[in-house]
Amino acid sequence: MVSAAFAFLMLSGFLFAAVNGTMADVNEALFQSMGQSIELALSLAGILLFWTGVMNTAEKAGMVKTLANTVQPLLGRLFPEIPDGHPVFGYIASNMAANFFGLGNAATPIGLKTMRELKKLNGDQDTASRSMVTFLALNTAAVTLIPTTVIAISLKHGASNPTDIILPALFATVMSFCFAILLDRYYAHKRRR
Amino acid sequence: MAVWLMPVIIAAVIGIGLYKKVNIYETLTDGAKEGMYTWIAIVPHLVIMMAAVAVFRASGAAGELASWMAPFLSLFGIPAEVVPLALIRPISGSATLAMLDQLMQEHGADSYIAKLAAIMQGSTDTTLYVLAVYFGAAGIKKTGDALKIGLMADAAAFLFSIIAASWLL
Repeated sequence: MVSAAFAFLMLSGFLFAAVNGTMADVNEALFQSMGQSIELALSLAGILLFWTGVMNTAEKAGMVKTLANTVQPLLGRLFPEIPDGHPVFGYIASNMAANFFGLGNAATPIGLKTMRELKKLNGDQDTASRSMVTFLALNTAAVTLIPTTVIAISLKHGASNPTDIILPALFATVMSFCFAILLDRYYAHKRRR
Repeated sequence: MAVWLMPVIIAAVIGIGLYKKVNIYETLTDGAKEGMYTWIAIVPHLVIMMAAVAVFRASGAAGELASWMAPFLSLFGIPAEVVPLALIRPISGSATLAMLDQLMQEHGADSYIAKLAAIMQGSTDTTLYVLAVYFGAAGIKKTGDALKIGLMADAAAFLFSIIAASWLL
């Protein structure tokens, strides 16, 4: 699926450039993107190392396990494949909390750690488990309490009430999240048959 | 408020760690080392995926696709002005922020278009990026239905954004 998305973006891009004479722009953008992706990777590196360190400490201090037990009744339903009381519930909850409060730069490292734990649970296979798909749906639906960047841009352009989008955005994000869960259930059900 | 969140979390982890007699310096650096392996795992995904996104946008294919889809999407009440944003949203977060900026410049920050675009931006995430990075870090090769579900959820978020934006009118 990701290969298909990649091929579509690249090939349709080249085709359009050939037809519309934008090949020079494509060349420039291609080389620029390679520098930009490394810049992005570098800017991510420090955050990633730091938060993985903090999470490891939280785990060794028993905080992740405590959190896991707290959220178990709720998240257990969303992730029926994960054994009861498994610490990965603590990671999932930490990731959701970080996203919810707009700590995007803490959410990503925790999310990556969660994925690796989910892979271990799945016997280290290179196929995505149902739990991974559910977790990814949670993340792409981006349940955020306050979309700070968007509000910052509204402020910049002199919005009279820049925070009035908070509730509508929360509504849209929660609804789309519920929709993602339903889809996830539907496809999990379809796969089993 | 927000500036207190991270310090409080970090302080709590340190405090509880010390109380539980954890060698916190060691667990921090050990964890950071693990983070380094994760980082190495995601860099190739960033480079390869961002190249494809760059080609798609620079060629004009993205804009063209948006203008083709505009008449169809207007059936669902999606104004033509926000169609490019909705289309690019799953593949590039920074590009849609730039688009949002431009929409606010053109239509004013209090316009319906600007509010709708802001709600769309705020209620979705860069699905393809999250997918590539998260699955890349874990070394997942077969992604199952994840991309399909993520993109359909984005489409749902856009439709729900329209419903929600109408409250503000």
